Amino acid sequence: MIPGSFEYHRPDSVASALEILAEYGDEARAIAGGHSLIPMMKLRMADVGHLVDLQAIADLKGITVQGDTIIIGAMTTQQELISSAELASAAPILREASLQIADPQVRYVGTIGGNVANGDPGNDLPGLMQCLDAQYTLAGRDGTREVAARDFYEAAYFTAREDDEILVSIKFRATTGGYAYEKQKRKIGDYATAAAAVLIAKDGATCSFASIAMTNLSDTPVWCEAAADALVGSSLDQAAIDAAVAAMLETIDPQEDNRGPVEFKNHVAGVILRRAIERAASRA
Amino acid sequence: MSKMQINITVNGKKQELLAEPRELLIHVLRERLGVTGPHVGCDTSHCGACTVDMDGKSVKACTVFAAQANGADITTIEGLGGPDGLHVLQQMFKEHHGLQCGFCTPGMITRAYRLLQEIPNPSEEEVRFGMAGNLCRCTGYQNIVKAILAAAAELNAAKEAAQ
Repeated sequence: MIPGSFEYHRPDSVASALEILAEYGDEARAIAGGHSLIPMMKLRMADVGHLVDLQAIADLKGITVQGDTIIIGAMTTQQELISSAELASAAPILREASLQIADPQVRYVGTIGGNVANGDPGNDLPGLMQCLDAQYTLAGRDGTREVAARDFYEAAYFTAREDDEILVSIKFRATTGGYAYEKQKRKIGDYATAAAAVLIAKDGATCSFASIAMTNLSDTPVWCEAAADALVGSSLDQAAIDAAVAAMLETIDPQEDNRGPVEFKNHVAGVILRRAIERAASRA
Repeated sequence: MSKMQINITVNGKKQELLAEPRELLIHVLRERLGVTGPHVGCDTSHCGACTVDMDGKSVKACTVFAAQANGADITTIEGLGGPDGLHVLQQMFKEHHGLQCGFCTPGMITRAYRLLQEIPNPSEEEVRFGMAGNLCRCTGYQNIVKAILAAAAELNAAKEAAQ
C-alpha cells in the first residue's frame, strides 16, 4: 500500500518532460493516469526516484479525426474514448473495447497511451491497436519517430520505446465494415482470459478484408495475419472460421495462471475468436 | 525526500498542507484533513471504497498521489450532505436499506452522485455497470441499485417540478 519516496515533476511541455527523463535516466518514470504504475509502486514492484507527471501537457490530449485518419493523444482517457461521438462513428471498436476495460473510476483516469505503452500483455488496447495497424509516435530529444503497433511489443513489459522517449500519440485509419472486441474475463475489471479484436469487410457475401489480434494469450499481444488470411475470399462459412481459429491457435502461446491452464486458454481463445468473427461479420 | 506544498479544495474549502509527493490522496484526506468518510478496502485499486469526486470525475483516492492531486477540487461524502441535510442519495440508501456495515457506502454514494450526473435516468443495467468499480460485501448490491434508481427518480421529479 505504501510506495517508496520520489521527487515529483509536472512539466507543461513534451520537451521539458523529455529533459527531465534524460536528466534522471533510469531513476525517472513518466506517469499518465497512474492506474498501472501506482499499484506497482504501492506493492514496491516499481521503484521510482523521479515521477514525471504528464497531466499538464495539453499537446498529449485530444482526439482528432481528419478524413479517415484518427490521431489520439496519449493522455486521452478511456472515458474520453467512450464518450467521443466522433470516434464512435469513425472507429466504433474503440468504444466497444474501452467499455470492457477496468471500471468507471479507472476509465476516468487511465489513458490510451498508458494502456498501450505499459507492456503488460493483459492490457486490451495493444491487441486492438495491432488489429487496427496503428502507428505510435514516440518523441525523444532528437525528434519523433513512428513505430507500428505490430512491431512495438517485444516481451512482457518490454517494448520498442526507449526509456528516454515519450509516447505522444496513436494514429490509425477509420474502420469500415464490421468490428468486434470480444473478451472473456472472470469479472468486471479483470484482464482477459482471452480476448479477440476483429475487423471484417465484405464485398457482397465475400470477405474482402479481415484483421485479427488476440489479447493476453502470449507475453505480447498477437496479430494473427494467417488467421485473417483464412477468412479473406471466403463467405465466412464454418470451414473458413475453423481455418482462422486453427491458424490463430498456431500463433498464441498462453501460460498457465489463475485464469486457467494452457489447454483451457486455447479452448477459450477459439470460442472467443469465433464469437468475435461472427459478430464482426454480422455488422459488416 | 522533500515535502511539497499541496493546495487542494475539499468540499468547497481550500486546504494548504505540506506532504510528501508519495502520500496517497486517501491518506491526505483521512489522516491530515480528518475527512474519514472515504475508506480503504484494498491495496490493488479494485474496491472503490476510497472513491471521491475529483474535478468532476469519480476517482479512487488510493490511486492518486498527493502530488498529482495538487490543484484539484475534491468532493467527498461529507460534502454531499450530513445528518442535518441528507443528499437524496443518502436518504434513498437509508430508505432502501442500501447499506449494512457502511464501509463501502461513502464510496458508493460518491460514485452514484457522478453516475447520475452523467446518466440522469439510468436503467438497472446501467446502474450495475456504472457502479462496477465499487465492491460491497454486505448488501448483495440489490438494494444499492434500488436506492440509486429511487434517487434518480426523485432528482428527475424535482427537476421537472422546477421547470
